[in-house]
Amino acid sequence: MQIVCVAAVLVAWQIGSTTGWLNPLILPPVSAVAAALGTLLQTGTVWADVAVTLFELIVAFALAAAAGLLAGFLISRSTLAVRVFDPLIAGLYAVPTILLFPLYLLFFGIGSPSKIALGATLAFFPIALSTIAGFTQVSRIYIAAARSMGASPLQLFRYVLVPDAFPVVIAGLRMGLVLGFLAILGGETLTSNAGLGHQIVTMAESLEPAKMFAYITVAFALAIALNVLTSWVETRGQTHGREQTA
Amino acid sequence: MAKGISICGVSQAFGAPGDPRRVVALEDATLEIPAGELVCLIGPSGCGKSSLLDIIAGLATPAGGSVTIDGEPVRGPLPKRVSFVFQENALFPWLSVYDNILAGLAFQGAPKSERGERADAALSAVGLEAFRDHFPRQLSGGMKQRAQLARALSLQTEILLMDEPFAALDEQTRLVLGEDLSVQLARTRKTIVFVTHSLVEAVFLADRIAVFTARPGKIKTILTVDEPHPRAPSFMTSAKLTGLRNTLYELLHDEVRKAIETGAAI
Repeated sequence: MQIVCVAAVLVAWQIGSTTGWLNPLILPPVSAVAAALGTLLQTGTVWADVAVTLFELIVAFALAAAAGLLAGFLISRSTLAVRVFDPLIAGLYAVPTILLFPLYLLFFGIGSPSKIALGATLAFFPIALSTIAGFTQVSRIYIAAARSMGASPLQLFRYVLVPDAFPVVIAGLRMGLVLGFLAILGGETLTSNAGLGHQIVTMAESLEPAKMFAYITVAFALAIALNVLTSWVETRGQTHGREQTA
Repeated sequence: MAKGISICGVSQAFGAPGDPRRVVALEDATLEIPAGELVCLIGPSGCGKSSLLDIIAGLATPAGGSVTIDGEPVRGPLPKRVSFVFQENALFPWLSVYDNILAGLAFQGAPKSERGERADAALSAVGLEAFRDHFPRQLSGGMKQRAQLARALSLQTEILLMDEPFAALDEQTRLVLGEDLSVQLARTRKTIVFVTHSLVEAVFLADRIAVFTARPGKIKTILTVDEPHPRAPSFMTSAKLTGLRNTLYELLHDEVRKAIETGAAI
């Protein structure tokens, strides 16, 4: 059904562009985009930019995940800390992170580091918040049961806290990855010298809409691949038979 | 040194001293539980029965008094001596029944070579061998409690604490599980402390019943049930059980009424 919907849109787009109903400078025919995409893949020119964007994303996500998981877990250990920091982090999350980009450009330049900083900043918040939520909602009864059976603090963490918190934490990690990717793409379109976002805006400025959409398609495909990967990780790590709570 | 549990002047309160919202749940509870005895704690909601169980298990520190097991003060969990069956479902939902039992044995530090055998024996004792690879959500309420009991039995502790383990079950299932527990007691001679709200359950299971007052809970009286274990199903319909149940009702009625009227009942 989804394929039918997408196909219908593409067909309408192709007809609209070729008949002149849609401005081909803004929306080039699907056939032209496909041809441009084919050229990019054949010549291999796209892979260098994919590598740049992917590198920025991996580093940004690693930094955000490390900071978010650690901060989230430490905060979750204290009721007072949760009461103080959870609303603070949630509040900061609401501030448009893009406002920090000029600062990052100043500190890190127009290359990858500024994009990594932006991506890591935006990805940090959902990871930290979900980690706080995940570890504070661990059922008291599981902790009591484990303690009564003699679980050490490390055993408690590894065999009770982590499995029970996992579904919530992984949802935050997924969100962080998506937001980090969007932030990096956005940063590349604003100021950069490489990457998918950089190419998208360069093609737009060069009035090469077919190539622009080809790069957009690659970005889209990368997003789908990341979503499939994170979905697989989430499903694999999901607790078996976890009871649904109201 | 006398073997068993010695509860001496135990009190428990929630909230800081001086806080007007401070609640004294339990006051000056004193009780000796010899090894091999099954004692039921019964009383209105909020009278500190579960708090006392947590203190015996080393999961909570009393506000006053002390608990000793075989003469040694309880200062924290004693996994090699005390196991606990909770009222709520405490099976880890991400593990199968069998793995839940293995996890408990791992926490206790049981030798790896023994864990499989002990888990199998525990499952057999509660009749859940066919469900070892099931996950908690695939089990009925009664089966979950049996699985919890299996996990506790696998730890092979001398003391078993049970906090209203059958509360969420229908009456028929409770009665059958009560019979099973009586058989277990006769077989293993464990010391069991069992919290219940059910008068019939208390009389059917217990060697002695500690009746608590409304909050702050004090031990009002101790009833003795002179009937050997395992208790026969016929005991359930006997005049002796009915008489004891009626006595228990008379002891509890005013306390429960008081608890409701003062809002102490949860």
